[in-house]
Amino acid sequence: MLAQIIFYALAALTVGTAALVAFSRNIVYSTFALLGAFMGVVGIYILLAADFVAMVQLLVYVGGILVLTIFAVMLTAGIADVTVSNRAVGTGPALVTVGIAALVMLYAVERTPWHQGGALTVAPTTYGIGNAFLGDYVLPFEVASLVLLAALIGAIVISRHEAKE
Amino acid sequence: MGGGITLDHFLVLSLIVFSLGLFTVLSRRNAIGILMGIELILNSANINYLAFAFYGGGKYDGQIFAIFVIMLAAAEAVIGLAVVLAIYQNFKTIDVDAAETLSG
Repeated sequence: MLAQIIFYALAALTVGTAALVAFSRNIVYSTFALLGAFMGVVGIYILLAADFVAMVQLLVYVGGILVLTIFAVMLTAGIADVTVSNRAVGTGPALVTVGIAALVMLYAVERTPWHQGGALTVAPTTYGIGNAFLGDYVLPFEVASLVLLAALIGAIVISRHEAKE
Repeated sequence: MGGGITLDHFLVLSLIVFSLGLFTVLSRRNAIGILMGIELILNSANINYLAFAFYGGGKYDGQIFAIFVIMLAAAEAVIGLAVVLAIYQNFKTIDVDAAETLSG
């Protein structure tokens, strides 16, 4: 019963703020609503016994991506002007497309007999994840650092001003 | 998990979040708004990974995939926002319909 209440509260927070992101007329409201969506997802992760992933989500999404997005919103002018900053177009066709896609996915979710083992026991996951990263997943782990380095250099190269002679 | 929360609950939640993200991507003209929609879509994919990891009774593979998705989302956000700022410097707007120099 308690798990149910917590799940529905977190789901309501996530879906409500995600809807605000999708439908808000002001880009600043959308950005701050994204904070609520990310926090709701953090709660869902904890509910799914993924403590380490939840903390990674908190650090990377809320501490990194969201702050970066707020910076980008504030750095681009015209945010105060609602019609300029967050104009939505083609709302009707987009709604129809999303509705059809959602119905197809709902049908797939309901009709598929998912393989279900026993539910994972709620226990600290850092030990197992650390061992997996330096064992089976060591190559993807190292390639990931290369990707991040390339992204770092690429972002600097793309966004900096050319120094005039 | 007790209390009658099943795998389907999480799948439907992730479906709703995905739909909202897809709608954001399709209907926004603001480039930063489109990036926010992509973040929502990636979050819904991660909810799926963790739900399957939890109810599949496997090991940590689903959680590790979720961490890789978060890592790639961070890289995507950094590059995407850098591109948006570069567009803003050139066009003085981040309306994606305005950046159409390449169309004939």
